[in-house]
Amino acid sequence: MSDIDKATVAKIARLARIKIEDDKLEPLAGELNNILGWVEQLSEVDTDNVEPMASVVNAKLRWRDDVVNDGDKAESVLKNAPKAEYSFFTVPKVIE
Amino acid sequence: MSKYIIQGAKDDFEVVIGLEVHAQVISNAKLFSGASTEFGAEPNAQVSLVDAAMPGMLPTINAECIRQAVRTGLAIGAEINKYSVFDRKNYFYADLPQGYQISQFKHPIVGEGIVTLDLGEGRTKDVGVERIHLEQDAGKSMHDQHPQFTYVDLNRSGVALMEIVSKPDMTSPEEAGAYLTKLRTILRYIGTCDGNMEQGSMRADVNVSVRRAGEPLGTRCEIKNVNSIRFVRQAIEVEARRQVDIIEDGGEIDQETRLFDPVKLETRSMRSKEEAHDYRYFPDPDLLPLEFDDAFIDAARVSLPELPDEKRTRFVDVLGLSDYNAGVLVAEKESSDYFEALLEALSSKSKAAAAKVASKAANWVMGDLFGALNKAGKTITESPVSAAQGADLLALVEDGTISGRIAKDVFEVMFETGKDAEAIVEEKGLKQVSDTGEIEKIIDEVIAANPGQLEQYRGGKDKLIGFFVGQVMKATGGKANPGVVNKLLKPKLDG
Repeated sequence: MSDIDKATVAKIARLARIKIEDDKLEPLAGELNNILGWVEQLSEVDTDNVEPMASVVNAKLRWRDDVVNDGDKAESVLKNAPKAEYSFFTVPKVIE
Repeated sequence: MSKYIIQGAKDDFEVVIGLEVHAQVISNAKLFSGASTEFGAEPNAQVSLVDAAMPGMLPTINAECIRQAVRTGLAIGAEINKYSVFDRKNYFYADLPQGYQISQFKHPIVGEGIVTLDLGEGRTKDVGVERIHLEQDAGKSMHDQHPQFTYVDLNRSGVALMEIVSKPDMTSPEEAGAYLTKLRTILRYIGTCDGNMEQGSMRADVNVSVRRAGEPLGTRCEIKNVNSIRFVRQAIEVEARRQVDIIEDGGEIDQETRLFDPVKLETRSMRSKEEAHDYRYFPDPDLLPLEFDDAFIDAARVSLPELPDEKRTRFVDVLGLSDYNAGVLVAEKESSDYFEALLEALSSKSKAAAAKVASKAANWVMGDLFGALNKAGKTITESPVSAAQGADLLALVEDGTISGRIAKDVFEVMFETGKDAEAIVEEKGLKQVSDTGEIEKIIDEVIAANPGQLEQYRGGKDKLIGFFVGQVMKATGGKANPGVVNKLLKPKLDG
């Protein structure tokens, strides 16, 4: 399944908002294909009657009660924001 | 109702509609954090570090949101999936700090169900629901507060939403409107969403396609985030017309996301979102599959109140209301709550079976009360006359203390002042006169004062009895018991 080409790498990079120079696309495609090829070996195992595993530990999803016990900390929430005004995150204008 | 058809220049077209409704779940805390969901707080005051997607924070699911989704599924007769999975839906936007929305893709919590539309005059139509899944809401961006910057408030970020996806079963703007109306009524009855479209706690994405009769489904466009039932109807009309014009001009419909502009009455392409459609869903590694047992479902089922359709049937079958009246009273939960409280109080006060006084109570609520509320621009929850006070008033009519005519005057005073009926009747001396001796005396006076009319009556113009009744009522200020007047008057006139 080695079918990652330059265009696919460019597309994934854009969707993930990662800037990649044009001359890096080809080598990255090669690396990704190597990784996929390596993982692909797993398909040699017959998993027809095996339930998909969600976790390596035998645990159940933990539920919380419907209680308000968090929030009221706008200052902490905004502390690392590059810019904040009037308790809002303030970001370069995003227009639809 | 005739079929909804769009006439093109050459052919007639049908429209096919499916709706994705986002309904904000009623819960105290968010879907995966302990921050409050309350509307209208200061910006970013209801944000936990989980909602702000700080590194290392982990989501823990709120049990109530699960229960509410299950209750909603049960209310539309849907299959409940005891095993469901949360996935990450990846996209970038300033009000989505995680860079992904936690949603359910392959394995939703609720499967197929049915919403029965009320289309007027007793006609109904079943519309299929494909699925309901739980997901996080995003934050809120404000673009108009500053010339260079967008302000982002994360208070809504992480609040639980149910995405309710219909099948493409609707074929007119009216049906789409009726679907939203009915869904909203059901959600409000069971208390899983407040249905407040102005505040955004319920919004719809509308899928529209057109085709010539008998053709396979056409390419659809999705109109995002329509926030009123009227706009949904309008958006479908203009979008279907746009698609028909393109097809008849020999063009093709691009599958795309569009926005409805209610001012210009048109839909516009949201070009910026086109490539964002590649969401790269995958199971959220922070969350194990969501599992529960039959006991959990049964408990959710037991917690459901009487549903609107059940209530409507009972109002007709048990209380003897007309289908129309039952439909109107049931449409809003607050109206049916008021009516039922009034009926219970009236029935116990006047010691009459509920079915015996139900129609009178319904007529009063839908006539006098709704009329006055409408005029005052108030909703039923803001009514100055409580259900108990309304019952007091009607009980006074039932036991003959006041006439129906006087009751209308008393109600006006109650509505203005909020006072109790009995106090007003006492204060203004409005008690109905049923004392035969007193009424007889007044009748004699009226007859004596109108010899001309008496002669005409005895000469065969027996319709003049109405005139005499009117004079007697006038002389008593409307307080004479009309039944007693009628009984006493005729023998006297006949001599």
